[in-house]
Amino acid sequence: MSSAVVSTSAALGRPFVFDAEVVPEPRLLSSSNYELPGSEQSTINNQQPTISPPKFGNRKSPIGNSFRTPDSFIATDPRLAGMTPASLLSVRPLPEMVSSGIAAIDVLTGGLPRGCLTEICGPASSGRTALLLAALSAATQRGEFCALVDASDALDPQSATAAGVELDRLLWVRCGESSPQKSRSSVKSESNKSESKKADWRNWENLLEQVLRATDLLLESGGFGLIALDLADLPPQAARRIPLATWFRFRRAVEPTPTVLLTVEQQPIAGSCSSLLIKLTAHSDRLGDGSVSPGRDYKSAREMSASPSHARLLERIEITAELMRSRLERKPVASTVVAFASQTAWAADKKAG
Amino acid sequence: MPYACIYVPNFPVTALLRAEPELRMQAVAVLEGKSPLEKVFAVNEKACSLGIAPGMTKAQAELCSELSLRPRSALQESNTHAALLDCAQSFSPRVEDAACDTALIDLAGLESLFGPQPAIAHSIFRSATDMGLVVHVAVSANADAAMIAARGFSGVTVIPSGKEAEQLGSLPVEVMFSGGLNDSQKDDRQKNDKQKDEQKKESYRLLETLDRWGVRNLHALAALPEVALSERLGQEGLRLQQLARGSAPRTLVPVELPLTFEEALELEYPIILLEPLAFLLNRLLEQLCARLAAHALYAQELRLTLELDNGMEADYELGISFENHGIPSESNTSHREQESDSPTQNGSHTQLFSSGWQNRFCRTLRLPQPMLDPRLFLKLLQLDLNAHPPGAPIIKIHLAAEPARPRSAQGGLFLPPAPEPEKLELTLARIAGIVGENKVGSLELLDTHRPEGFRLRRFVAETEKHKLSATHKLGVDQKLNFHSWSSDTAETKSAVTALRLFRPPLRAAVTLHDGQPARVVCTKRKEVQGDVLWKAGPWRASGDWWEHEAWAHDEWDIALQNENSMALYRLVHDLLGGGWFVEGSYD
Repeated sequence: MSSAVVSTSAALGRPFVFDAEVVPEPRLLSSSNYELPGSEQSTINNQQPTISPPKFGNRKSPIGNSFRTPDSFIATDPRLAGMTPASLLSVRPLPEMVSSGIAAIDVLTGGLPRGCLTEICGPASSGRTALLLAALSAATQRGEFCALVDASDALDPQSATAAGVELDRLLWVRCGESSPQKSRSSVKSESNKSESKKADWRNWENLLEQVLRATDLLLESGGFGLIALDLADLPPQAARRIPLATWFRFRRAVEPTPTVLLTVEQQPIAGSCSSLLIKLTAHSDRLGDGSVSPGRDYKSAREMSASPSHARLLERIEITAELMRSRLERKPVASTVVAFASQTAWAADKKAG
Repeated sequence: MPYACIYVPNFPVTALLRAEPELRMQAVAVLEGKSPLEKVFAVNEKACSLGIAPGMTKAQAELCSELSLRPRSALQESNTHAALLDCAQSFSPRVEDAACDTALIDLAGLESLFGPQPAIAHSIFRSATDMGLVVHVAVSANADAAMIAARGFSGVTVIPSGKEAEQLGSLPVEVMFSGGLNDSQKDDRQKNDKQKDEQKKESYRLLETLDRWGVRNLHALAALPEVALSERLGQEGLRLQQLARGSAPRTLVPVELPLTFEEALELEYPIILLEPLAFLLNRLLEQLCARLAAHALYAQELRLTLELDNGMEADYELGISFENHGIPSESNTSHREQESDSPTQNGSHTQLFSSGWQNRFCRTLRLPQPMLDPRLFLKLLQLDLNAHPPGAPIIKIHLAAEPARPRSAQGGLFLPPAPEPEKLELTLARIAGIVGENKVGSLELLDTHRPEGFRLRRFVAETEKHKLSATHKLGVDQKLNFHSWSSDTAETKSAVTALRLFRPPLRAAVTLHDGQPARVVCTKRKEVQGDVLWKAGPWRASGDWWEHEAWAHDEWDIALQNENSMALYRLVHDLLGGGWFVEGSYD
């Protein structure tokens, strides 16, 4: 029984078939017509197909009995015995997972996948940078070299040290205003202040160009355990200007490597290219002496808090992490939301003291 | 004891062709003398076939349109001589610098390394060819016989022991005197012109006498009766006869050269673009790397010195930028000196060093680890020159390498992968070209409470410093049991609230209520404005009051309403300069 191998081009919207140019000649034979080497080949050439293949579209196949399914190829070709087509794999091999540095996130996601793109999104003060630094800390303490492409030059070295990042192992790429490309554009923009909005956009574009080019080079270089793109201060409109093709390229570049590619942004921008998407929100916080209970708003907090401002201390931010997308886990996870708290460095010192 | 001799025929032309290999297929003549009295000093075979001969005036030579004329360059010749000695020393440390175009090698004990004598001779020939030298190689048990054979026979010649007289017999008598002429060329600095003239005259006299006797080749000279020869020509005659028989006694005088690796190129016309400069740099780098490889050494540092043309009027037409560099001014020079004193403060991989010469442009490429890849060096130099263009046309290129032993590193089985040093260096240079110099590197905290109390230094992927035990423990644990480490970290570590800095800090208009911030408006960022919902502080900090850059400020931690959620910021009141600034946000 011969069968056809048909794949439909989504882009063109028309079907196409394998023909003689694509499929090697021995594979054109159906299983019933397959002859061992040394037998008479004339029977093959003269024999007409008993079952004509279905016709797709306007294109007519020049070879009637040349359509085979992948499994039938494997069944007939002894060289492919024991091999399974990728399309028939029921379970794809999972990537190696590494710790994110925060136990709650590890429980939620299973860690950060190597060779994949992971997105961390959330508004300001939602703990994105805390998670980023925790991941960097875990990676550097594993002995890996990490790179941080800092779009807005926002990294605080003191915070990184407090988070446990080994600074020797962190390559910091500071994109920003004083870079050569931007300084040239800023001179132009200052000359015409009325077009400040346009100038801002130009600056964002320059910034994005720097970030993407630097990331490309780092991915090409290889050898890094974690490459992080900090786009957290970029407005979502600007971040969305990164073409989807770029994220596809990044995903393809990082796929065969043991590198964790991590992006931090306000809103998801990589679409289906990211294997893991974590959304963070500041669920509530406990400020000062802990007078604010979870769920209360800050106006009531101010009213409730009678202590003077110099007696208060910012101790911790309570964060809710939600697993928005995970292409790694086929089964739905039991809970897609976890809560954890980030503690300020001085609060930790206070506890230790 | 066998000896090998490497001889570079037509040395001035070879030196020129080594610097300009594209002239190999053309007729070339080397000129010597001051203008307008320049004369042809040396020619290659193609020029010879066109009728050009040494001694012709420049005007006569210029009549031949196919001829390429080049001035004789002492720099190129010294570089070629250094390359010749490097080639010889890559086989044996016992090398005699016999002449500027001749090197003698003691081959004793080399058979176990390189095989029999013919194999050694061919290895030497290949090595010299790789260095851009066209040479003759001869091997003999007698050093002088090897030298005469190298000067007389082209290619590789191996003379079996005891057959020196037989092999050398067919050579003309003049071969023995060509060494003397070259010696006189080599010792230009030591001997004055008078001595050279006397030596030449003596050589010509002897040659004339032998010619009159009908002695044309070494076989005839070797067959002359010794006593009669001594009576007529004295001890010099006997020495010549011993040379012709291949039995002259000689003691090798080994030379110990300092490990200096330099290549230079003088340009006939100034270079005005970086692209043709890259071609020349590539050539110099390949020669330099070949010499380093001959010594089994790597380069730790590359120093590029460009001599610039003083004529500046045409520079804008040439499109060379003067924005960053160019002719160093006083302020530039002082800056360079500062940088050269503390190279690690700079995140860049390249450093400038001060130069008193007004028309010299110097760049130093310091590598984190010894490397030997001419392509990598070229790319790094290109990126550096793109970022720091010389600013004027280039008339001379000088490239020097600081040699170092190759690094020896062995990757551990359980060590995580690290970036390859060569790739990483190139990547960092490229990123520096994108984001700017001093904007890429690794952090180093300074011992100060001042804001921005850190500096960037060069990022080096050093695996040696790694704590092996910790890595091993962590790495193995991860592979064996994923959940075990996650539970460990859960118990021991928690996330640390990070501060995201605004660089530069955002100036804000703050409304005070009872001396405390009640409302913040930041014009540069619309999201950083509104009523203060919560505040903690102030915390006063100050420092460096004994210096010009004293600082003092009050810090507040504030909460502002931000769309649907709240955002926490650090608000700073500058006590010295006045004004309020939003320094960063807690995230």
